[in-house]
Amino acid sequence: MEILVCARRVPDTSENEITLNSAGNDIERDELVYSVNEPDNYAVEEALQIAARIGGNVTVVTVGGEDDEEILRREMAMGANHGVLITDEAFSGSDGLGIATILKAFVEKGNYDLILTGVQAEDGGAQVGGMLAAMLDYPFASLVNSIEVLEGRKLKISREIAGGDKEMNEIDLPCVLSIQTGINEPRYVGMRGIRAVASVPIPTYGASELAVDPRSVGGAAARVKRVDYFLPALGKGAEMLEGSREEVIDRLVGLVAAKGGLK
Amino acid sequence: MVGIELAAQVTPWLASGRTLFLIIHLLGITSFAYIVARRLVPLLRAEPDLRFDQPLARLGKVLKFGLAQWKHPRYRTAGIIHIFIFAGFICLVLRAFYVLIVGVSENFVMPGLSGEAGHIYNLITDYAATVVFLCMVIAIVRRLVFKPARYAVPEKFGKAHIADAIFLLALIAILMVADSLFAAARAAGQVQQGQSVELLAAWSLPWMLQSLLVSSSLSALKDFYFGAYLLHEVTFYFLLCYRPFGIQFHVETSLFNLYFAKLGRGTLKPVKYGVSDEHLDQVKSFGVKTFEDFTWKHMLDFYSCADCGRCSDNCPANAVGRPLSPRFITIKARDYAFQHYPMFGKPDNHKALIGGIYSEDEIWSCTTCGACEEECPLLVEYIDKVVDLRRGMIDDGNVPQSLQKPLKALESRGNPYGKMEKKRADWVNANDFRQTCQVKTLVGKSKADTLYFVDSVTSYDDRIQSIGRATAKILDHVGEDFGILGTAEKDSGHEVRRFGEETLFMALRDHNAEAIKATGVKRIVTADPHTYNALKHDYKDMPPVEHISQVIASEVKSGKIKFNAVENGNNVYTYHDPCYLGRHNQVYDDPRDVLDAIPGLKRVEMSRSRDRSFCCGGGGLMLFYEPKEEQRMGVKRVQMAAAAGANVIVTACPFCMVNIEDAIKVAGMEGKMTAIDLAELAEQQIARGKPVVKAEQTAEIVAGR
Amino acid sequence: MPRIFAYIAHKGGVADDSAAELAAVAKKIDAAATLTAVVMGWGAELDSVCNAVRGSYAEVWKIANESLVYPNAELVRKALVKVLPAGGVVLVTHEHFGIDLAPGLSIKLKAAFVSDVLEIEGVEDAQLKVVRQEFGGQVSAHVRCDISSGAVVTIRPGAFKPLESTPVSGSVNDKSADVGVLTASRRYLQTMVAESGDVDITKHNVLVSIGRGIQEKDNVAIAQELADAMGGALSCSRPVVDAKWLDKSRQVGSSGKTVKPKVYLACGISGAFQHLVGIKGNPFIVAINKNPKAPIFQVADVGIVDDLLEFLPELTNKIREMHGVSAK
Repeated sequence: MEILVCARRVPDTSENEITLNSAGNDIERDELVYSVNEPDNYAVEEALQIAARIGGNVTVVTVGGEDDEEILRREMAMGANHGVLITDEAFSGSDGLGIATILKAFVEKGNYDLILTGVQAEDGGAQVGGMLAAMLDYPFASLVNSIEVLEGRKLKISREIAGGDKEMNEIDLPCVLSIQTGINEPRYVGMRGIRAVASVPIPTYGASELAVDPRSVGGAAARVKRVDYFLPALGKGAEMLEGSREEVIDRLVGLVAAKGGLK
Repeated sequence: MVGIELAAQVTPWLASGRTLFLIIHLLGITSFAYIVARRLVPLLRAEPDLRFDQPLARLGKVLKFGLAQWKHPRYRTAGIIHIFIFAGFICLVLRAFYVLIVGVSENFVMPGLSGEAGHIYNLITDYAATVVFLCMVIAIVRRLVFKPARYAVPEKFGKAHIADAIFLLALIAILMVADSLFAAARAAGQVQQGQSVELLAAWSLPWMLQSLLVSSSLSALKDFYFGAYLLHEVTFYFLLCYRPFGIQFHVETSLFNLYFAKLGRGTLKPVKYGVSDEHLDQVKSFGVKTFEDFTWKHMLDFYSCADCGRCSDNCPANAVGRPLSPRFITIKARDYAFQHYPMFGKPDNHKALIGGIYSEDEIWSCTTCGACEEECPLLVEYIDKVVDLRRGMIDDGNVPQSLQKPLKALESRGNPYGKMEKKRADWVNANDFRQTCQVKTLVGKSKADTLYFVDSVTSYDDRIQSIGRATAKILDHVGEDFGILGTAEKDSGHEVRRFGEETLFMALRDHNAEAIKATGVKRIVTADPHTYNALKHDYKDMPPVEHISQVIASEVKSGKIKFNAVENGNNVYTYHDPCYLGRHNQVYDDPRDVLDAIPGLKRVEMSRSRDRSFCCGGGGLMLFYEPKEEQRMGVKRVQMAAAAGANVIVTACPFCMVNIEDAIKVAGMEGKMTAIDLAELAEQQIARGKPVVKAEQTAEIVAGR
Repeated sequence: MPRIFAYIAHKGGVADDSAAELAAVAKKIDAAATLTAVVMGWGAELDSVCNAVRGSYAEVWKIANESLVYPNAELVRKALVKVLPAGGVVLVTHEHFGIDLAPGLSIKLKAAFVSDVLEIEGVEDAQLKVVRQEFGGQVSAHVRCDISSGAVVTIRPGAFKPLESTPVSGSVNDKSADVGVLTASRRYLQTMVAESGDVDITKHNVLVSIGRGIQEKDNVAIAQELADAMGGALSCSRPVVDAKWLDKSRQVGSSGKTVKPKVYLACGISGAFQHLVGIKGNPFIVAINKNPKAPIFQVADVGIVDDLLEFLPELTNKIREMHGVSAK
């Protein structure tokens, strides 16, 4: 099975305190640590596990700049067969639709049976997978937390829905799935693994190679734009209880009792 | 041995069996040679291990741990029994050779043991055989009746080993009886024939048997003599050839195992012997994944284990119900070797060990505290094997999710918490601290004599930062010209290395080593034993490293540090030895000397102290790992402190502090037990005020700087 | 102003709580808008849903189709594409169904798409101004979306105060005939219901809920003791389940249970929306967290910045004292 995983490089929320910059219009990007978007990493692991079970190749693609090559290497160190970097000046500032348009052009150059994305990026809208599927007229399922390959170019998948329940579906190939964290336990990649693939060439594609009309993507074409970042007001609703711990507890017990919280 | 002229008349009783004995000899020796050769097959396929250096130090190990049985008395009953058996065996070696030869050459006399010397040697061996026999009886009774807990085999690790143990003990007992019967029958025969009798040692086993036999007919004695010899012969060779199939192989292998034992405490084996760091990238596979990835010495360890259970008896992971028992790391590997390298036929090899004989959790459960290695009478190694197995798992990407985050953070941020690099030195900015003690950062032109290497936990953990500040204040108080690396410091990588991530460790090490060299400091001080061990043993070409407890102890001696008496004289203190300060680096006395220098401080020892200290639960990445366990190590440790009558646990390691303070809460002992770091306690007790020293003494101190 | 449609999720003949929230969103976009609810499904229950939303929507489009017995996003999308006019603004709740449906729908409608909106700041020159959260809620962003050729907008459940239902009843239009036969290359098989475990947290009035801040498995007992003292149950957020410290049946949130307690003690829970959407019925929320910047303080009624491991045992003791049980 030929599997394509669309991945992104994002600031890692577990290793960064996301704060605003001094101008107050963007997040402070100095000293940010970037890594592969967490659900995307699960998607790569899932692709690798499927390929190991039934055979096939795993390609990881990202749309971005030179810096984003780092995550492709990491995913290749995990075992992905190919990494592809899609980069072009014309692509910068693309919204979700723009990214999906670019990816669609890339998908059409290949022959993929299964396309995986992470369910959502740290700064994304859980959108690219569903858009890409609709553009390709492939079936789509989001929040996928298990995949079983069936006979006859079909998959049996489950989706994580409310209450911890699982919605079981059958889906025809080719299809696009957005992967939820927890579907597997991604393998560890250390520096050694990354070094081992350091010299593997990573092909890059631009607008002309993909035959993407530059006017259909990029900032100018984007219908959705982030204007700025801001910090949500703190403690808007909560009345903060302060003072010695004893005082706080006394007041809290009073409040909770009044709300019927003590038997 | 008997006098030549008379012995000849008795020994010919064996002559009729000469051919039979010769066949048994040849059969026995050939079989043994074959078996040993087969046992060597995996060692020849193993990874290299450079253990041929320092012959004198190695010989010293053989003498101390072999001949002098150094570790044995740590377990009194079993140890003393073993010493007796060992001594008995040593005495009986020559006699065994004599007896074997006399079957084919009845007039043989051991060179040097004719005449008087022979008589004396005979008396000694009579007793030796008796002692060994008695020890076997005691050992069998112990195994059957008293059943020491450490011999038990938990169900998950397979069947009980008791039958095998009893069988071997019984075989030795039979050998002793056969040998004694042989001597007794001969002596009885000499009496009956009116020959001069070889004197048997009074109340020895041969002596008692002789008094039973003396009234038997001459022909019966002849049969006894012949039969005893045959029994001895068969038992001897059976035992010889049976030993390589079980725990008794150590009789042969221990000599080699002790000679080739690991020499450097606190060190780790390289990923691959003979491959330099620069060429490591060319090594295809890291660590131990299949049995053949072990070094030959580690395989020899497997053969040498006597299954005494002391390692697991002292293993904290085993004690709290983690799925690790060091004893079975060895036993399972030995069983694997026996099964996959059979006596006949081709070995089938290259099976994955993890998921085969070991579980992932089993290998991640080890805190590398070293209690097992400290205890092993045969110096079997565990930490290097565990680390090698972890290297293999890391290489395969097989790492628990709970460890992946901190490892990634160490890679990207230089600390396991994923905190910002620029906040690494924030601990020096605490308001009240900054006013009393200024810590300089050694960058660019800012120089100092001494570097305080802080490390991650002390830099970032709110609670532990106080140990850092106490350390700085002490250095400041004794007038040390010191500084820190600040944001240029990264995690020392001690635990990174012990968790098997060698490549990441090397990156951290190289970064720090360069930063340290750039400062030009003459020595390094740290308050973290893990850092201490890393800088001392894992890094190369570092300035001398000292732990803060050593600094305090020497400054107490020099008089620069004087302590106020403790305020609460009712407190009872106990010192908990951190593994990487104590066992791995032998710093046991300095911290105790510091405590004893504080006037009015009452100190007790826990039953497990010094080299038998019980690990608090482990440091560094172990704090992130979520082990399967019934209880926390720290809780057990806190209970030990309570049992010793202490209400203050003093330790000298940030991770011990994290674990023990947590454990006090978990054990519900808040208010009854507290923990304090040695540096914190010392700093708190330092007598500041105007020093009551005369002018010339002050001048001396200043000049001494 | 474009026309505004809301897709109404429903189950067992009852419209989802978010139906009235979407109506509130629509009013915020255009106070004068004529709101249209789109209700799809099959059988008698469809009518009760249509009836129920008439209080909030001026017009209800009813689409009955046998293949929509279960809301398969692909079929729903195809049906919507057939009935919706070009250029409209379509509101969908941002939960598992909305995430499945909305992005693809925007492609097929050639409309703009913006997801997980938690505030509407109005429309200016055909630019819809909204607020989203990024980086796990650590920062918010002002986002503009060009709605000149229509838009699909997903709305965070619980973020908007539901529009109060009016006695004025909207009209119900049956649009079923416009849809025709629907086929999909993804087929719903069944729903595997999560095991309910020993404690049913949905039935308790008092929940002591723990998050990542509880730090270790061993500390779970500290919270359990408090829950016992309060006569409530212990629940948690997703990280606690992921770490296997508590059973999945104890999880509150979008991938866990929806609870309706009277009092909710959020202990060491940062307050990610995936967790918050599981808390319904406007309980009295107490947030205890070491981090004064934790988003949970925005939604809590009472906030306390303290170390859980020290605070909780003392609170437990206090409550036990009040009950006359001697403190430990």
